[in-house]
Amino acid sequence: MSSVDYTKEYSVVEGSPRLSEIEDIIIRPLNVKPDKKFYMAISVTLTMLLIGVISLGVSFYYGTGMWGNNNPVGWGFPIVNFVFWVGIGHAGTLISAILFLFRQKWRNGIARFAEGMTIFAVMTAGIFPLIHVGRPWLAGYLFPYPNQHSLWVNFTSPLLWDVFAVSTYFTVSFIFWYVGLIPDFATMRDKTTNALKKVIYSVFSLGWRHSNRHWQNYEMVYLILAGFATPLVLSVHTIVSFDFAVSVLPGWHTTIFPPYFVAGAVFSGFAMVQNVLIFIRKIFDMEHIITLDTLEKMNKIMMLTGMLVGYAYAMEFFIAWYGGVEAEQFAFVNRAFGPYAWAYWIMVSCNVLSPQLFWFKKVRRTIPAMFAIAVFINVGMWFERFVITVTSLSRDFLPSSWGYYSPTLVDFGILIGSFGMFFTLLLLFTKTLPVVSIAEVKAVVDGAQPTHGDH
Amino acid sequence: MSERILYSYTGLFDTPDEIIGAASKTAEAGYTKFDVNTPYPVHGMDDAMKLPPSKLGYASLVFGLSGTIAAILLIVITTVVDYPNIIGGKPFFSLPAFIPIMFEITVLSASIATVVTMIIVFFKFPNNAHPMHDTDYMKAVSSSRYGVSIQADDKIFSEDQVKDFLNSIGAKDISPIYYDDEEINFKHNVLDLKFIGGLFLLAIIVSGTTYFALNKLMYMTPFNWMMEQDKAIVQSTSNFFEDGTNMRVPVEATIARNTKPYKFKNDPEGAAKFLVNPVPGNEKNLELGKKKFNIYCSPCHDNYGKGESRLRGQFPNPPSLHSQKLRDWSDGRIYHVIMEGQNVMPSYSSQINETERWAIINYVRALQRSLNAKESDLQ
Repeated sequence: MSSVDYTKEYSVVEGSPRLSEIEDIIIRPLNVKPDKKFYMAISVTLTMLLIGVISLGVSFYYGTGMWGNNNPVGWGFPIVNFVFWVGIGHAGTLISAILFLFRQKWRNGIARFAEGMTIFAVMTAGIFPLIHVGRPWLAGYLFPYPNQHSLWVNFTSPLLWDVFAVSTYFTVSFIFWYVGLIPDFATMRDKTTNALKKVIYSVFSLGWRHSNRHWQNYEMVYLILAGFATPLVLSVHTIVSFDFAVSVLPGWHTTIFPPYFVAGAVFSGFAMVQNVLIFIRKIFDMEHIITLDTLEKMNKIMMLTGMLVGYAYAMEFFIAWYGGVEAEQFAFVNRAFGPYAWAYWIMVSCNVLSPQLFWFKKVRRTIPAMFAIAVFINVGMWFERFVITVTSLSRDFLPSSWGYYSPTLVDFGILIGSFGMFFTLLLLFTKTLPVVSIAEVKAVVDGAQPTHGDH
Repeated sequence: MSERILYSYTGLFDTPDEIIGAASKTAEAGYTKFDVNTPYPVHGMDDAMKLPPSKLGYASLVFGLSGTIAAILLIVITTVVDYPNIIGGKPFFSLPAFIPIMFEITVLSASIATVVTMIIVFFKFPNNAHPMHDTDYMKAVSSSRYGVSIQADDKIFSEDQVKDFLNSIGAKDISPIYYDDEEINFKHNVLDLKFIGGLFLLAIIVSGTTYFALNKLMYMTPFNWMMEQDKAIVQSTSNFFEDGTNMRVPVEATIARNTKPYKFKNDPEGAAKFLVNPVPGNEKNLELGKKKFNIYCSPCHDNYGKGESRLRGQFPNPPSLHSQKLRDWSDGRIYHVIMEGQNVMPSYSSQINETERWAIINYVRALQRSLNAKESDLQ
């Protein structure tokens, strides 16, 4: 595969497998008993989850004073992790909606999995604003309902926009995912021999009959949902960036934030999807469905978004100088050379320098290299959120109110727990639902579409 | 077997090209109630079957616009009409800040409603009782083959003709699909005891859980910790301090900010003897003294110090500041009166600071001189 002719359009599924072979491969993990490796993996993730649960229990029993959040830095790890996980979630919708609108066939093999990751990442992200309020059982106040205080929520606050954006994003992603699953449930229903599974699949397939009169509306609804999800995915991280940009804090109050955050979200989301897919295609023998070409295309998107993020870093500095606001200039010099310089340079080297290696075709097509770079990207993107959140808060206008933020063990416990939750859900997903869309992949196999016609 | 009701006749094909051809031939033969079943959407099939374009977009439009209108009504009713708050000095109706939530609600309502409309109205789902389910035909089309099904309730349907027709277009595995007797004869019984019992149980569980969560759980540890905090509440008994009060007395000899202890309390003679006016009587200080005199002193002493009170008898008039006695008083003696008051005049020490007191005294001296000028002033 070292010589690839980019002028030719290759089939996105290698080796023209027969249709029944595709569904056999995709459904197999659901029918075989989990092996030893699966149990090892899930015991690790469950341990991580348990650490998170214990840390949360400690946080609620003793109060949020267990965290490192202090007076200037009220937004510590919880907000850093929230933005990080919401960002991870962005790749899924981008792959399933935006690439669908662009008619990128290679997305068909990875869309289902990426959508699943979106849902799990948004679920994980949702925990953090809830725990950050300190009393998550009172979160109902976030929604506008007629209550005994006769008070309404503040509709002009970016924090409330966030509530609506994230909950809408989760709901729409979930619907998108389920709509994609309906024909697959029907296929599994007709294939399974297990009576219990048959009942479950029948219920979730809603009685799908693969009828073309249904496919016609189904494709229309898919198009409409993709049309809605595309502005939605852009709006979610835009609104997350408003949480920062609408304030007056130096380093936050910049107009570049929405596009910068969206690019960063896609960047980290693709890195996470690529990391996990590398394992999935190997473990489940799907190397001809999730091909090296697909991974290479994802690497190219990472390189592009990485350069967008790098441009944003540079432009922030330029505008701080060009804008002539002293507090702003100080904030950026402080970022690069102040007490958090270590975090800043980790961020720059991971996010800006490491994806530049993708210029080399050899690196783009070598699994260990691309895996390592994607890991660096995720580390870098986590530090980006840390740098943005913490440096601006720790040193704002008044030197008398400066401080230094250092996270506690409980903070790290919750961060580990969030990874535990995300990967536990992913592992369970691989064993309960088809990780690749059966119907969508069948549609892009060689010879699956009629040869005549004007398409 | 012959008693079973026929639903449709089906035939299977192996390639997408064949099924496209078969679909267009079926449509051309005049059948309207027929269907094509494929494991994935085949391009060009809608034209071959002569299907009108999907009308689902209208549902999206209607529900999306309803969402937008509902969102703006919600926001306007809550933040403009019911409980207007000034936020950031913006008008109550500040549309730009409403747009994000209007957008989100539009997308949310349109997405949910479009999918629900498709499933329930367009597909009549969920429907697991359809005769096609669990047939070999269904199993084939759900995996790797392509099928045509011509329904028995079509106007020009006749069993033999359809069989011949399917043969003529090259279909394999031609087979009839019958309604399932059990499914047709199944009757729902809403009054079934089990069903009603289940509903009843569900109602008890839901209401019980809600009651527990709202009325009991929220008053348990640690959920009640917002109400029980280890802090001192003023005017309540303290378990921490020995004297049992939460309010603390300042350390002895503590003084308030910007104050100096007054040495000559109850000692006018001492004040008259030892206090010296440190504020020079220049123009700036006289202006200050005039301003403060007019604010604090003139209501009773009047603007010229003659004691013609503006309070019209509601408070006794003070004596004139122009008497010989006052003209002979030292500055320190007058200062003592401002600090401690005299007769019915209260202390002004908290209203007027030290510099202002001396400035007022300078101004009073100027007033006195204005009515009792010395010979030397004329020069």
